[in-house]
Amino acid sequence: MSNKPQCDNHAFQKSRRKVLKGLAVGVGVLALPAPNASASVWEAFFQKNFRELDRNELQKVLARLESEYSKEYGKQVTVKATLPIEGVKYGYGLDLSRCIGCRRCVYACVEENNQSREPQIHWIRVLRLDKEKGVALEYAEHYYNPAEVPEEGHFYMPVQCQQCENPPCTKVCPVQATWQENDGIVVVDYNWCIGCRYCMAACPYGARHFNWSKSKLPKEEMNPETHYLGNRPRPTGVVEKCTFCIQRTREQPGRYPACQEICPVGARKFGNLLDPKGEMRYLIENKRVFILKEDLNTQPKFFYFYAT
Amino acid sequence: MKIHVWRSLSLAIGVLVFSATLASAAQVEKFFDRHGNLVVQEKVERYKRRADEGTVFPVPPPPFSEGIFPCSDCHADMEPNPQRRDLVEMHDDIVLEHAEGQRWCLDCHNLNDRDKLRLVSGEEIPFTESYRLCGQCHGDKLRDWKVGIHGKRTGYWNGEKQYLLCAHCHNPHSPRFKSLQPLPPPVRPENLNRQGVVEASGHN
Amino acid sequence: MKNIWNFFKGTLVLTARGSTAYYCWVASLLILMVVGALTYVVQLTDGLIVTNMRDQVSWGFYISNFTFLVGVAAAAVLLVIPAYVYNWKPIKEIALLGELLAVSAIVMCLLFVTVDIGRPDRFWHLIPFVGILNFPQSLLAWDVAVLNTYLVLNLTIAVYYLYNLYYQREPNKKFMTPLLLFSIPAAISIHTVTAFLYNGLGARPFWNASILAPRFLASAFCSGPAFMILVFLLIRRYTRFQIKDEAIQKIAELIAYAMFINLFLLGSEIFKEYYTGTIHLAPMQYLLQGLHGHSALVPWIWTAMLFNFSAFMIFLIPDTRRNNTTLVLGCVLIFIGVYIEKGMGLVIPGFVPDVLHEIYEYVPTGMEMSLAIGIWATGLFVFTMLLRVAIPIMNGDFHVAKDGVGFHIGDNLFFLRKADRDRLVTDSEGEPTGKPGKKAKT
Repeated sequence: MSNKPQCDNHAFQKSRRKVLKGLAVGVGVLALPAPNASASVWEAFFQKNFRELDRNELQKVLARLESEYSKEYGKQVTVKATLPIEGVKYGYGLDLSRCIGCRRCVYACVEENNQSREPQIHWIRVLRLDKEKGVALEYAEHYYNPAEVPEEGHFYMPVQCQQCENPPCTKVCPVQATWQENDGIVVVDYNWCIGCRYCMAACPYGARHFNWSKSKLPKEEMNPETHYLGNRPRPTGVVEKCTFCIQRTREQPGRYPACQEICPVGARKFGNLLDPKGEMRYLIENKRVFILKEDLNTQPKFFYFYAT
Repeated sequence: MKIHVWRSLSLAIGVLVFSATLASAAQVEKFFDRHGNLVVQEKVERYKRRADEGTVFPVPPPPFSEGIFPCSDCHADMEPNPQRRDLVEMHDDIVLEHAEGQRWCLDCHNLNDRDKLRLVSGEEIPFTESYRLCGQCHGDKLRDWKVGIHGKRTGYWNGEKQYLLCAHCHNPHSPRFKSLQPLPPPVRPENLNRQGVVEASGHN
Repeated sequence: MKNIWNFFKGTLVLTARGSTAYYCWVASLLILMVVGALTYVVQLTDGLIVTNMRDQVSWGFYISNFTFLVGVAAAAVLLVIPAYVYNWKPIKEIALLGELLAVSAIVMCLLFVTVDIGRPDRFWHLIPFVGILNFPQSLLAWDVAVLNTYLVLNLTIAVYYLYNLYYQREPNKKFMTPLLLFSIPAAISIHTVTAFLYNGLGARPFWNASILAPRFLASAFCSGPAFMILVFLLIRRYTRFQIKDEAIQKIAELIAYAMFINLFLLGSEIFKEYYTGTIHLAPMQYLLQGLHGHSALVPWIWTAMLFNFSAFMIFLIPDTRRNNTTLVLGCVLIFIGVYIEKGMGLVIPGFVPDVLHEIYEYVPTGMEMSLAIGIWATGLFVFTMLLRVAIPIMNGDFHVAKDGVGFHIGDNLFFLRKADRDRLVTDSEGEPTGKPGKKAKT
């Protein structure tokens, strides 16, 4: 839908459908929907990859999802598929000299992005590191839980999807269920992912998370403003990840990501890397900046920096 | 008498020469280049007016203590006392932990109009522009703050921004950022499938 | 077409017959398969949460078994090379059995991948032109391609060969030989591609070593042939099928070389990690010594090392190699040793410590084990069935009857049409019972 020109392949699609329907009915494997399943289940089963949907098909898909989610969560849920904004490449900055490791961002993200509460999925992992050792992940503590932060002798480093410019995760996907959008955000089509988890093995930042079982998301906590490629509820058995709050940041004007908005110390910065007057360019040009695991040539668009 | 005349004349000339030197110093600058040669050149104007001078940064109201502003409600009837002292009757809850050896109230608060703050230059500014006051010492922070790098700036990344005053995060009398209780750590992978049990028994 | 159908019906009758041991063996496999299937139903309902895999260790027991079995499958080539490239007759006679093992192993591989993926209902996304196979970018797409090619290739060769023998025709060499020769690079490619699948991930230093693919091949040339030797010994003992000693000896010798290379490459890897001592040593430490008090794999890997080394010695020394008892022992040791080393020993340290240096100690759950056992049972069932058909055919005990329609098992005639059968029975051909080629308990 977004990046590639639409090719008109209706005839092909039809024959594909026929073949598949025959195959699916014939096989009748356990994993397939029951023959008496409702029409929308079959529609979901035969849904094409997001990038192959034409305008009408996309509208249908979005409408189907909206009605499904609205029914399930007992409120009006919108599923948008807002396209990337021209001339925008998102970048993120995180001020290590400010972060105090309070994990407010972790939970703001969970609420905004409808992550499963049980089993718990967090898109942000805050690491506690030793000031003496510096950014040495082998000394990272993931489960620190003191009465108060920051703690003496430590600093904190939140890690989430680094939105690599050269993402190793999209390359390995056997079915192109994950890709990089024109604005640099790496997204997953939750309706196309087969759940092989190869992308999780390929990601050097532990940014990808798997729905090991049906996600539990309380109705009252469900955020009804969703994006197809972002925070809509995820089915079991697929991979998900941070999308820089695509449902917020692609709007005009676009709100900041939830993690940026919540940060009590203002350690989190977000903006357009292509805007020479923007905050991202300022911090890259004026501050001491580093990217995580630079040697892997993943070229993250997530910049850790020291404001002081 | 004569001596007097000569003396005052020479003094006048001295002053003239000195000021001439000063004037010429303002137009010429001398420095050693990389090869150790003395360079004398016309002085370049370095201290331009800041591009953002006069820019208003949208900020929420300053975080005053309940019912304390406007200060003039109380101070209007009081005789201003410029004497450095410990406050006993009012404001005794304020403990200055901010270069307290070098500073006291009236370095920032304005003696004659308590509803205003006062810069070193003597300029009186409203509390909504207190960042200019802080920026007198913390110029690097002010510079970063204006572009959204220091401190928290919310709103729209491609639209209107909302700033916070320094005082929203830092108590100006004791500016060190206060500790917070962290939110709970993630569930360990070992416990992911029996999360309920773990949460009931409490995390560690 | 009719001939194929008749051949198929004949094989059905053949596989339905056998000794008590054969029935017990098949029955127990079927029970395990049912248990595995039921486990899979639970896993499908509850999700992969029933496993112990988590975000930190996102591949586990299933993928470990998959990896090992790709090796077993590739090993058929060790029989094909001497048989067809060097035209060495003793092995040529048995090379087909290696291909049958390859088929069974690939079936297991595909099953292990299937149970590992989160959305098996979306399998069609992998079918080129119907779904989107991300070829050539994704190594997993390559793996799907080469594994299926290899499966079809071996199945074609085996079925074509057996089918022709059954109809007592000479298989067309112009058709067979190119396929057989092609199976050599295909076998190497399945292992290379599987190795590259791990190898190409910069995020996982334990796998990101160029020695990985050679190591894969070396260990594959041990485990698969070791299993084959065990099967050969059993077949020789319980059927009339002739397998020459020199064939088994040759294979054992080749295993010794392969094991030497495997141990050497592993040693090189260990040296490099320990001597340089970068932070990339951590996974190796976890595997061999334990890391920060986590040492679940340590006893296993040392067992594997001990087994592999002992087996190497057994196969190296001619006396122990020729002695059937030690030969069997060596094969068992190698099979277990490589299973540990090329299975869990290879996959798990890739994830421990994870990319953010968290240590999550993965141990498979009972569900994972039961499902895996179910798949192993399925593979063995497939292999048993294939052997059950192949051996009598190759012995000449099972072939088409004179009328070109019925079939002949051992000394007995079977007829597909009742009328024919009645006619022949009245012609006093005897009872259609007897002793079909016995199938051994493995």
